[in-house]
Amino acid sequence: MFLKVAWLVMRKDLTVEVRSREIVYTTVFFAVACVLVFAFALVKEGRPLEDAAAGIMWISVAFAGTLALGRTFERERHSETLRALMLAPVSRPAIYVGKLLGIVLLLLIVEAVLVPLVGLLFHAPIWNRPLLLIALLVSGTVGFSAVGTLFAAMLVRARSRDVMLPILLYPITIPVIIAGVRGTAALFEAVPAVDLAQMWLALLGFFDVVFVTLSLWTFEPLMTE
Amino acid sequence: MSFDFTEVAVRDVSRHYGRRRALAGVSLTCRSGEVLGLLGPNGAGKSTLLSILATLLAPSTGQVYYGSHTAGQAGPALRARLGFLSHDLHLYPELTARENLEFFARLYGVEAVSERVATALGRAGLTARGEDVVSGFSRGMRQRLALERALLHEPRLLLLDEPFTGLDDASVAALVSRLHELRAADRIIVVVTHDLDVAERLLDKVAVLKDGRLVAFDDAHGRIREHYRAHVAVGDRCS
Amino acid sequence: MKKGYPLFVLLAVVLFSVAPVMVAQAPYEATMGLVQKIFYYHVPSAMVMFLSAFICGIASAVYLFKARPEADRIAAAAAELTVVFGLIVLVTGPLWARKAWGVWWQWDARLTSTLLMWMIFVAYLLVRRFGGSGAEKLGAAMAVFGMANVPFVYVSVNIWRTIHPTTRVVPTLSPGMRGPFWFCAIAFMLLFGLLLAVRARLEQRRADVEHLYLLADEE
Repeated sequence: MFLKVAWLVMRKDLTVEVRSREIVYTTVFFAVACVLVFAFALVKEGRPLEDAAAGIMWISVAFAGTLALGRTFERERHSETLRALMLAPVSRPAIYVGKLLGIVLLLLIVEAVLVPLVGLLFHAPIWNRPLLLIALLVSGTVGFSAVGTLFAAMLVRARSRDVMLPILLYPITIPVIIAGVRGTAALFEAVPAVDLAQMWLALLGFFDVVFVTLSLWTFEPLMTE
Repeated sequence: MSFDFTEVAVRDVSRHYGRRRALAGVSLTCRSGEVLGLLGPNGAGKSTLLSILATLLAPSTGQVYYGSHTAGQAGPALRARLGFLSHDLHLYPELTARENLEFFARLYGVEAVSERVATALGRAGLTARGEDVVSGFSRGMRQRLALERALLHEPRLLLLDEPFTGLDDASVAALVSRLHELRAADRIIVVVTHDLDVAERLLDKVAVLKDGRLVAFDDAHGRIREHYRAHVAVGDRCS
Repeated sequence: MKKGYPLFVLLAVVLFSVAPVMVAQAPYEATMGLVQKIFYYHVPSAMVMFLSAFICGIASAVYLFKARPEADRIAAAAAELTVVFGLIVLVTGPLWARKAWGVWWQWDARLTSTLLMWMIFVAYLLVRRFGGSGAEKLGAAMAVFGMANVPFVYVSVNIWRTIHPTTRVVPTLSPGMRGPFWFCAIAFMLLFGLLLAVRARLEQRRADVEHLYLLADEE
């Protein structure tokens, strides 16, 4: 029942997004613009700083993710449909999971565009260990989105919500950024440091478990007045 | 697991936000087959009371009893017996009418989804527009759709927040007759409205709120205008 | 509690008057000399900061799950004190580091976690102030998540930085130093306890005033 509700919510979000495609297009474009700005800002001898590839990619995902979260929940706020979801006789955490899956999917699409772009601009060897890279991206995205979805949902009713989300989200997700960047950088080296990357992946996995659990736990008390 | 009730009792409910008091010591009851109207000037607390009845807000003090249980005791099963038609309509503008209904039907665990949705579209007079996205609908069409959405799961308690605002006479008449049908089907209906004409045609009981307090609670008997003018204009207190 | 205040305030004043004397009399540390004496204020401040953060986290969790208003008041007071004592730590630390080791800052695990935790509680205060109604719950979530976060930050920065060697020197306490250190630690703890009680009480008073407004309104 829980999974069915989460699936329903996610499918509804996807349908809405597929119809307008507004958030997907703008988020991807924003992320690409971020990468380009960083690439041009951080130059050495007229060429982009190759060591910065991993960092730039993850920062762009974080910025784009924050925007996407804001837009997604702004949409819900506009028709007060989040209230309608809370009225339903379903487990509230299931609604959270549905929204979370939608955001994760959106960010994975963004990453699918960014990784080749980063590979191109920074000559990063993205095909070194594709599975491990994907695993890092997925677990990092889940960790970031887990906290982001919770905070964005609870900010729907707050004042100054646009600036509040980054203020709250970035400090909490710093371990995700560190682990993601370091793990990706380990994979982008000439001789990929696989053990190191795996260790970072383990840390990310642990973060995901702790913070998804914490979010599931606190979703209901946070959303009820 | 099915939870049901025949009476809603508000017992001494207050709600405040810091030092702003939205409701103070409101008590009233409403039974199956009755239509209760919440009247009063703007800011009187009508929407707040409706939100509390819908379990969207918790009262600061006091309790609401659905049958013999409070919202806390009944849990999610209570929400399956509530239908809420808010001023915001709670429809997804990017989805079609059918998709909106199907989503909520599935969410509420309604059986035989397709048939119910088809019936609902029919009652809303939107069968021909079922595959059109809601953003293209007029206010009246959206209202009808939102009402049917709120009724998909056959709730016992139906709460409507200013449902007549912005409707033309024909739509108002249609809505009134729909509500009469529901009343005949033993539902409990609570309506917040400004429209005294409609109120006279529709209500069995009337509760007048002013500044968060209940200044009148009585059977309507077609004397709604009297009630309203007497208590809201002069500011008398009586219960 | 009210009656005990003057006594504890007096005690705190006495302790803090005596503390500089004790610090001055403490033996000089071998390599750093006079500068090291900042340690007697820096470390107790850090201890208080972490204690305060911990109290805020626990109180926030209680507020979120049990909806007790007293818990929220304690959390608000503790968060403010975390920021204040954190500021002391983050200012005295670099002052000491600059003189002792030549650098203002270093990105090692401990410093980074401390800075981050401080930022989280600044964010807490910002949310409470600018979040509109219902902001207490947002802050509470921030505190709880922040608490859960600190171990992760510590571990990730630790792993990250041990790959690049650090030059942090960990002083060991010689007997002559233990006395002044614990004296200062107790003085800071006492000050913290007092400030927490007073601040929480202020919040209580504020809530009482709101309540009175409500009652007056009911006229």
